[in-house]
Amino acid sequence: MGAFSYFPQTGEDIRVMLERIGVGSMDDLYADVPADFIYKGEYDLPSAMSEQQVRDFFESLAAKNTRLKVFVGQGAYDHYVPSVIPYITSRSEFLTAYTPYQCEISQGTLRYIFEWQSMICRLTGLDCANASMYDGPTAAAEAVRMCVASAKRRNSVLVSARLLPNVIDTIKTYAKYAGINVVVSDQIFEDVAEGVLDLAGVIVPSINRFGVIENHLGLADLVHQMGALLVEYCDPSALAVVKTPAEWGADIAVGDGQSLGIPLCFGGPYVGFMACRTALMRKLPGRIVGQTTDASGKRCYVLTLQAREQHIRREKATSNICSNESLMALWCTVYLSLMGPEGMRRLNALCYEGAHYLHDALLATGKFQRVFDADFLKEFVLKPLCPVEKLQKALLKAGYFAALQTEEGYVTFCVTEKHPREELDCIVEIVKSVK
Amino acid sequence: MKYYDKLIFELSKPGRIGFSLPETLLADKQQLPPKKPATLGTVRGGTASEAQRWGPKDVFQGQAAAGSRIWREAPLDLPEVSEVDVVRHYTNLSQMNFGVDTGFYPLGSCTMKYNPKINEEIANLPGFTGLHPLQPNETVKGALEVYVGMDKALAAITGMKHFTFLPCAGAHGELTGLMLMREYHQSRGDTARTKVIVPDSAHGTNPASAAVCGLDIVVVKSKENGLVDVDALKGLLGPDIAGIMLTNPNTLGLFERDIKEIAQLVHDCGGLLYYDGANMNPLLGVVRPGDMGFDIMHLNLHKTFSTPHGGGGPGAGPVGVSDKVLPFLHIPRVSGFHGNFGIILRAYAYILMLGREHIKLAGKLATLGANYIKESLKDCYKLPIPTVCKHEFVFDGLLEDNGVTTLDVAKRLLDYGFHAPTIYFPLLFHQAIMIEPTETESLETLDAFIAVMRRIAEEAKADPEMLHGAPHDTPIGRPDETTAARQPVLKYE
Repeated sequence: MGAFSYFPQTGEDIRVMLERIGVGSMDDLYADVPADFIYKGEYDLPSAMSEQQVRDFFESLAAKNTRLKVFVGQGAYDHYVPSVIPYITSRSEFLTAYTPYQCEISQGTLRYIFEWQSMICRLTGLDCANASMYDGPTAAAEAVRMCVASAKRRNSVLVSARLLPNVIDTIKTYAKYAGINVVVSDQIFEDVAEGVLDLAGVIVPSINRFGVIENHLGLADLVHQMGALLVEYCDPSALAVVKTPAEWGADIAVGDGQSLGIPLCFGGPYVGFMACRTALMRKLPGRIVGQTTDASGKRCYVLTLQAREQHIRREKATSNICSNESLMALWCTVYLSLMGPEGMRRLNALCYEGAHYLHDALLATGKFQRVFDADFLKEFVLKPLCPVEKLQKALLKAGYFAALQTEEGYVTFCVTEKHPREELDCIVEIVKSVK
Repeated sequence: MKYYDKLIFELSKPGRIGFSLPETLLADKQQLPPKKPATLGTVRGGTASEAQRWGPKDVFQGQAAAGSRIWREAPLDLPEVSEVDVVRHYTNLSQMNFGVDTGFYPLGSCTMKYNPKINEEIANLPGFTGLHPLQPNETVKGALEVYVGMDKALAAITGMKHFTFLPCAGAHGELTGLMLMREYHQSRGDTARTKVIVPDSAHGTNPASAAVCGLDIVVVKSKENGLVDVDALKGLLGPDIAGIMLTNPNTLGLFERDIKEIAQLVHDCGGLLYYDGANMNPLLGVVRPGDMGFDIMHLNLHKTFSTPHGGGGPGAGPVGVSDKVLPFLHIPRVSGFHGNFGIILRAYAYILMLGREHIKLAGKLATLGANYIKESLKDCYKLPIPTVCKHEFVFDGLLEDNGVTTLDVAKRLLDYGFHAPTIYFPLLFHQAIMIEPTETESLETLDAFIAVMRRIAEEAKADPEMLHGAPHDTPIGRPDETTAARQPVLKYE
């Protein structure tokens, strides 16, 4: 076996090191390992490849995937990625950095996290935000745990049936093992008013899985009267134009940052966000960056309020989260910096006009029925009057991923700014041809 | 590194833009749809007849939608900056950061090895980045092959049967693994097993994950020699024990040589063994956790498998199981889609580069480097446990007490262009300095680090005051952490 590009030690280097240590071979460094645990077989792995072989291998795998025009959302949105972002996020100073515990040589990371926290506060209208969560669904699950931790001796959470299925499922998983009682409800207002005995929290989608922009007027008051907290699950991109969690009176906002310019990438890495009111600040899970000064008075940033975290509090921590999705938070921060208030409004206007154009055109084909007479932004569902499988196949054949079926049998569509009228018209033509 | 003092908000000037969007998606410049009478569908909360004072057109043109039913009322106060502003700002920020590409991280328990560049290119192939997670299987065959290939490779490397790739980080993997542990006991009607044993030297995530999973924690003490006290363990085992979480080698870098007996004891009492893969690196290509009797484990792909740490993620924490636990592997949904696919791709590329030939040296070279540093510095730094270590080891401060603390040493290292080691962990020693070099550091780098550590030991004798004030040559000095925590400023205003 020859040398390997990631291992810089020459045979002579190894000899020098062994001599300093005072052992005869590297195997001697494992003398404390019971002999039968030293693996003596051949690892069942492919033979080492050259870099070009690795590249060829993955290019051939990538070629086995079908690149589709994506008209499905359901938690992953095909927004345009400005070319600036990957150039910034692939800078090795950001990409290859460790968690910023050594703040003196991590001001770059700390400062973008501070900017991210600030932008999340501005999108949601809430007071403070953390450095990030794994994704939207896990952020929702952590918010549910936070409700229960904040409400003493209350253990039930009301979860809207109109959240995305993967959000509900993740909440249920976390809740099951934490012993939290989850009630999934399609009539949140009624169920809160009726009074679930030990209600700790209520979680509802700002825009639901049918694409409907929900009206939560009066919900927060009702929830607070019951002594519980209100959590809003949001699409942060849409928050530029729809009512904010703060405007609804919510206590906690969570969601997935993917819609802020992160590539679809088969589901990850994305980034969860979490924001809350000041009163809940010390209940937040995960890392938080704060502003302070150094000895000479220079403004600087540090990881703060660490007494909540696992490395200090161990089993008493607010969460077990350690590594999060820092680089993806940078991705979103650069995105929001580029877009600004005007870009975010324009983007939403484009999605809105495209989605409504497609919605109306699809209804006009006579192959669908309207399900909800309600406002939507970029995503909507229709009830199909034609065979769904045939429809999906015809769309796929033309290179379109659209009309994903919900558990109720509706089909979902989502239009982003990436898709011009020709594509929308093409979908309509395909629909017309399905018999 | 140069200090740069701006926040993106401070570069903002009304009217500047950094985006480029079409005017309309509709070629004939159709107007936005007219205001529609808004009804609520089946969503409760307002009355269906409530007048809609503001239409989407107003909202999208930035009008305040005061009194609107569903549209945002508050102005969205994001920075207004040009594309150049954004690029310069973040480039300047990056230059206040240290990364693996900048220099050496002797960072215990964190395995900061070199992040190969080919991995990045693979993960950014459009054939992967453009895939929607809900696309039909027949359109994502290549992506599915990545999972199958990784499952097979990780099983071969660890001796486990199969892996789930949903967990997004190490702690997430721990939580998932403990859920599987609970499912296993539940399926046998063994509902009294609500406690998990964790050594006092364990990573903080172990007890925290157990707590999040609804398990009570029982701490088993370490002996003087840093290893789990097997006699103490025997006293803790019983019908209420779900299992034990171990990292092997442990956080002192010591191989738990009694692992065979520990596994036997825990299994005999009906419990399972969980392997915390944070310290897998020295065993890479040498020892397989599955062979040691572990039933469940996670791997940190952002440690052992070379994917970049990203300043704190994204990572990936796939969880592997033995035959016993296999039926429960796919039970819990712990994240949104298929885990961090982009990270899994990078790790797969790394494994294919290593191949079955080079993998056999990875762990050994990591162990060689750690022992070399240990032997080269033990005459200046206190070495509480002098035996052979694996990938990392722990000093307990300077040998000679001049009032110079571990924090002082760590901060002084920054002046010399090295990242600091992990400090004040594990909690077994008051002045812990935990050093892990990884196999990707050359003898010259290790020698340079050793020389600087020796020099700092000299400085501690000659000028302890100077060390208390370190670092002196970084963009900022030591921060006022007390004020940061007492009067938190967590956002720009």
